[in-house]
Amino acid sequence: MAKAKSNTLKLNFDTSWSYAPAPENKSAATIKKQYDLFINGDWVKPSGNKYFDTINPANEEKLSEVADANMADVDAAVKAARNAYEKIWKKMPAKERGKYIFRIARMIQEKARELAIIESLDGGKPIRESRDFDVPTAANHFFYYAGWADKLDYAFPNRLSEPLGVAGQIIPWNFPLLMAAWKIAPAIATGNTVVLKPAETTSLTALKLAEIIQESGLPEGVVNIVTGAGATGAAIVNHPDINKIAFTGSTEVGKIIQRAIAGTNKKATLELGGKAANIIFEDAPIDQAVEGVINGIFFNQGHVCCSGSWLYVQESVAKEVIRKLKDRIESLIVGDPLDKNTDIGAINSRQQLETIDKYLNIGKKEGAEMYQSSCSLPGKGFWCRPTLFTNVAQSNRIAQEEIFGPVLAILTFRTDDEVIEKANNSPYGLSAGVWTDKGSKIFNMTRRMRAGVVWANTFNKFDPSSPFGGYKESGFGREGGLHGLLPYLNLIN
Amino acid sequence: MEKTIKKSSLSISANGIEKKTSSKRLEVLKTYKIYIGGQFPRTESGRYYIVRNAAGTQLANVCLSSRKDFRDAVLAARGALSGWSGKAAFNRGQILYRMAEMLEGRKAQFIEELMQQDSTKAKAEKEVNLAIDRLIYYAGWCDKFQQLFSSVNPVATSHFNFSVPEPTGVVSIIAPQADSLLGLVSVIAPVIIGGNTCVVLASELKPLCAVTFAEVINSSDMPGGVINILTGKPGELASWFVDHMDVNATIYCESNSDIQKMMREKSAINVKRIVFYDKVKWNTNEGQSPYFIMDTQEIKTTWHPIENIAGSGAGY
Repeated sequence: MAKAKSNTLKLNFDTSWSYAPAPENKSAATIKKQYDLFINGDWVKPSGNKYFDTINPANEEKLSEVADANMADVDAAVKAARNAYEKIWKKMPAKERGKYIFRIARMIQEKARELAIIESLDGGKPIRESRDFDVPTAANHFFYYAGWADKLDYAFPNRLSEPLGVAGQIIPWNFPLLMAAWKIAPAIATGNTVVLKPAETTSLTALKLAEIIQESGLPEGVVNIVTGAGATGAAIVNHPDINKIAFTGSTEVGKIIQRAIAGTNKKATLELGGKAANIIFEDAPIDQAVEGVINGIFFNQGHVCCSGSWLYVQESVAKEVIRKLKDRIESLIVGDPLDKNTDIGAINSRQQLETIDKYLNIGKKEGAEMYQSSCSLPGKGFWCRPTLFTNVAQSNRIAQEEIFGPVLAILTFRTDDEVIEKANNSPYGLSAGVWTDKGSKIFNMTRRMRAGVVWANTFNKFDPSSPFGGYKESGFGREGGLHGLLPYLNLIN
Repeated sequence: MEKTIKKSSLSISANGIEKKTSSKRLEVLKTYKIYIGGQFPRTESGRYYIVRNAAGTQLANVCLSSRKDFRDAVLAARGALSGWSGKAAFNRGQILYRMAEMLEGRKAQFIEELMQQDSTKAKAEKEVNLAIDRLIYYAGWCDKFQQLFSSVNPVATSHFNFSVPEPTGVVSIIAPQADSLLGLVSVIAPVIIGGNTCVVLASELKPLCAVTFAEVINSSDMPGGVINILTGKPGELASWFVDHMDVNATIYCESNSDIQKMMREKSAINVKRIVFYDKVKWNTNEGQSPYFIMDTQEIKTTWHPIENIAGSGAGY
């Protein structure tokens, strides 16, 4: 690698850039051998007595086994939630409700290290990300929404609000604890009760959160956590006594849910597939932009619904940007998620790795040029080298569909209008990014891009006070901020 | 007595009833056509249906719009979207106010049409007045609702972060059947003032005012294609209204649960936003609010870094 044919100086990472291992200590986390369902404030055995294994994707070793909830279990959870809603939660003074949620936020902070370790073990993400992003942001979400509980009368001009009832919530595997926080915190702050199902490959931190909720003394049944796969999710979606479905996941499943709840009074918030155009103009600070692009696509192994997987570079700087990107991915450290130096961890599951590999083949077959980091990969577990595709056409599938992995497709453009046309030419509209030093151009671009979250000269930033959610087929409803309240409320005149 | 009123008696006397006594002059009948892209074509299908009043008197032959008409209208609406949503909110407000002015000027014609379609004079007057006032109400919201529903978000990192509403896009609307003018105005106005464009199916049984309202729109500096009005049967067209891949949201104002279910199912095709206004009383204040505007808005959040001035040691 790094044998420069041109006169351009290139960094050689072969020799002097190895880091000593700096692994986080597994023993700081306790994982039980088996987890039951968290229903009505208690741990309940699944009625079908079935459990499934959850593994560490970095070495394929079994971590624990988790209960598989069937329809009867989901029904028990919904009954518990309904009971808690009618008898306790709805009647509780809002400020007391808020105090419980503050308490949960604090306890997440207290157990942050343990949660981060389990998140990285179960999901494969680098400990640096789970420690510095997932877990603190999850705690902050509870902290943020706790404060809203007794202030809802100020949220909607000239309207009062009332909770919906029981919310069924289904979350994905890419940010397991954080997504649980995104769903639970606003739901219970607004006075609803919850039945939540984590993704089957990453149930552990949600179950750990259930332990925290139990310890916090939150009234029984306000939050119920049932584990399982698609069938468990379907049981939640189809349960007649649920008032609200909140789902984060693929557009395909989101559409199934939209159809399934037709003819019912269930409200829905869907946070679906995304993938964003990340646009670099020639006047951008190129080094910062390259860093931003790297963070935009390789954050969490690219398992991010809003990741910047389609890079549009203005032609005049394309060569430079591509060279720098190639250099930069060479320096990314791929490996043990628990190592504090790791940049890119393990792919979440074998199935996801197969999807990514399928798209790598599609990309090559469609004529794009693939470039991968030369890093070595561990022998066991699920891994994918950081990958770039150049010479990508707008119609290529890798520039249209969600790969959900560490794969960047690079396209070029000449004019503002052209790149807006290209960037908006997608059924998705979750996020977008633009890099330029010119203020008026930033606002021109951010206004015209049809996406729910637009990052200018930054990327992949999240905050509890910042609304998140998509346009078009990326779903509807917002999570986070003031705008994240309405999906859990009815407004009354 | 009012049932004896015939069309084209353009002036209404104080007691509301003016009988045509002499017929030396043959009256000119109006052709009720549809409104697509700022033009008044007939339906491409060549089909029509007969509109009658409660007594069974034939009032007009009205276009029975087809799926193709709808598709043409969506094309017009999509084409008009960037121009319309790109206009200054202030300017959109002025155009809406202009619509109200035009409607005020043609009040008599609307009252008459409503009366032909079985309204009493008092009711018809009230409905037209309310429709005018509703346009004024929403004209005023054009450059204000954004301030109400936007936010600057105090994120914990060194970023400037704000959220603003933006139009959802092309909206298909099946207008209320009962309040044929007021209902129509009440569903169109909040959609378009937010920068959306729309295709509306007028009340099936009382479509006359809708077509005449298109003439008001057409003389109000409203760009062609922003509002497109079809006449026809919801039973035939509803599924196309919600099935189209280039429609972003659908509004339905009746309580037919079969159609509602069908709409929710079909909306999944492109994750369309579905809004039902089946319990709204349009002739009360409940029929107007900025929350109707927000039903066809998306929230966009923008982030930008802030240079860390304190970090470099500078201060105030």
